[in-house]
Amino acid sequence: MDALIPASEFRWIMPEIILTGFGLLLLIIGALTKGPVASKISGALCIVGSLLGLVFTMNMWGTNLDIFNALYTIDTYGTFFKGLFLIILALVALVSVRYADREEIGGGEYYALLMFGVLGMMVMTSSHHFVTIFIGLEVMSLSIYILCGLLRRDIASVEAALKYFLLGAFATGFLLYGMSMIYGSTGIIDVAELKRYFLMKQPFSATMFIIGLGLLLVGFGFKIASVPFHMWTPDVYQGAPTSITAYMATGVKAAAFGALIRIFFTAFIPFHFGWSEIIWILAVLTMTVGNITALVQRDIKRMLAYSSIAHAGYILVAFITGDRAQASSMLYYLAAYTFMNIGAFTAVIVMQKKGDNGSDLDSFAGLGARYPFIALCMSIFLLSLAGVPPLAGFMGKFYVFSTAVKAQYYWLAIIGFLNSVVAAYYYLRVMMYMYFKEPVGESAAADRAPQYGLVMLICILALLYMGIFPKVFIVMAQKAVGIFG
Amino acid sequence: MLPDIPQDLYYLLSAVLFTIGAIGVITRRNAIVIFMCIELMLNAANLSLITSGNFLNSLDGTIFVIFIMAVAAAEAAVGLAIFVLIFRLKGTVHVDDFNLLKG
Repeated sequence: MDALIPASEFRWIMPEIILTGFGLLLLIIGALTKGPVASKISGALCIVGSLLGLVFTMNMWGTNLDIFNALYTIDTYGTFFKGLFLIILALVALVSVRYADREEIGGGEYYALLMFGVLGMMVMTSSHHFVTIFIGLEVMSLSIYILCGLLRRDIASVEAALKYFLLGAFATGFLLYGMSMIYGSTGIIDVAELKRYFLMKQPFSATMFIIGLGLLLVGFGFKIASVPFHMWTPDVYQGAPTSITAYMATGVKAAAFGALIRIFFTAFIPFHFGWSEIIWILAVLTMTVGNITALVQRDIKRMLAYSSIAHAGYILVAFITGDRAQASSMLYYLAAYTFMNIGAFTAVIVMQKKGDNGSDLDSFAGLGARYPFIALCMSIFLLSLAGVPPLAGFMGKFYVFSTAVKAQYYWLAIIGFLNSVVAAYYYLRVMMYMYFKEPVGESAAADRAPQYGLVMLICILALLYMGIFPKVFIVMAQKAVGIFG
Repeated sequence: MLPDIPQDLYYLLSAVLFTIGAIGVITRRNAIVIFMCIELMLNAANLSLITSGNFLNSLDGTIFVIFIMAVAAAEAAVGLAIFVLIFRLKGTVHVDDFNLLKG
């Protein structure tokens, strides 16, 4: 193997280099200066960095090649996810300019960690080498462990960080042991090579390999928050600063699904018969437990956490089919899910008081009369989460379930459909509180800043555009999954 | 090369280490002990990777181990910082006492 790396290959990782550069710059700014002005400059730099990275990422669309001795891959699939992560970063940074300032957690290190987290997600989804995937996963996770605990004087936030850290590291242990078992049974540590290996050696069934596959699934199950590995999700989503909850609920989930789909759809399709049955049960449990538990929640952040568990279940429905051409439905769903969740969490941030990280349902009572614009935005996000046309949430569910029907998983599609009916109850209950309830107690003033309005408008436009003209987006997603061939 | 001890015994040892670690995470209640058990799980993976690398004559496993060790060190740094933070606020690192978030 040629160990030399041509310098020209570095141009393909420009987005990653930009994020690292801006992140380091922000760390220096954070170390040298304090105060609201420095926080605003850091936020602005973070947004500039993510947009710059987005420009470079878009220029790479359509390229498929392996770089750095096949340790890193540039392909449409990875580029699709990179674009999604950078959009998430820009939106979360925009929200944070105001929110992090209000909660006094803003500063160079906050934005630097946001950027490093996205860097990890990008590395994780654009490689088929286990070492690179692992490094990306850890860069992402370590940044987010810290971000969760940034409200240092709020015990709930630190508790969330501790729980996320312990369970995240636990999951890493499973993932690594799974990878080591797969390596031990085949001698291969690269997913693309595994694919070629299995093509030659069919049927392949080493006990060690099957244990490895199972452990890998457990590790990823933790990261995508599928039942029964979901216990950390509600606690962490509720305790973390709300901007970070939005970032975790969208970014981490998309990154974990990105790596999971790449690994399984590249190499483990020959074993589809085995793993699809296990994930069938996991998907049904994930949807049902997520939705049923969400019904009884009074805290909106916690309710959205359970709803995010249920959404992971919907995505797993399409994952089970193992239909590589239809994998685009998962990508579409993840993108739609990103916009509705960032929007909904932004509305939660608007209604939160300074220093209070909770979000009781009562704080939304009578919102329709007091702040019609915020209530309208929140309603659109909730309707999209519930899957009402013409919003993107509906098209996402439609594609996911039709993938299941095409692959003749009728029961799965029916269970998924029934679940989304159940889910409509708790989304509509929040709307009922907003429009038909009198405000409870002294109603807190909403934190109306133009940044929040801008983020919510961007999310609404994206949801409407993706819902009414899904074709444009589906074609992109199909091109992205074309690499599985 | 380690010709005298059969490969299976190495895997057995690593599986035992991994199981001890996993059971420890579930049964122990002190956050630092839980973290030590997680480190045990990572080292079980390391042992298994080195064994495979050695017996398959492949460097990939050995290189992976170096990366895992570096990441485990970074994880320890972040973890201990979180433990210190929560000890300052609550005066304990006993996980049963962290029950603020539930429902």
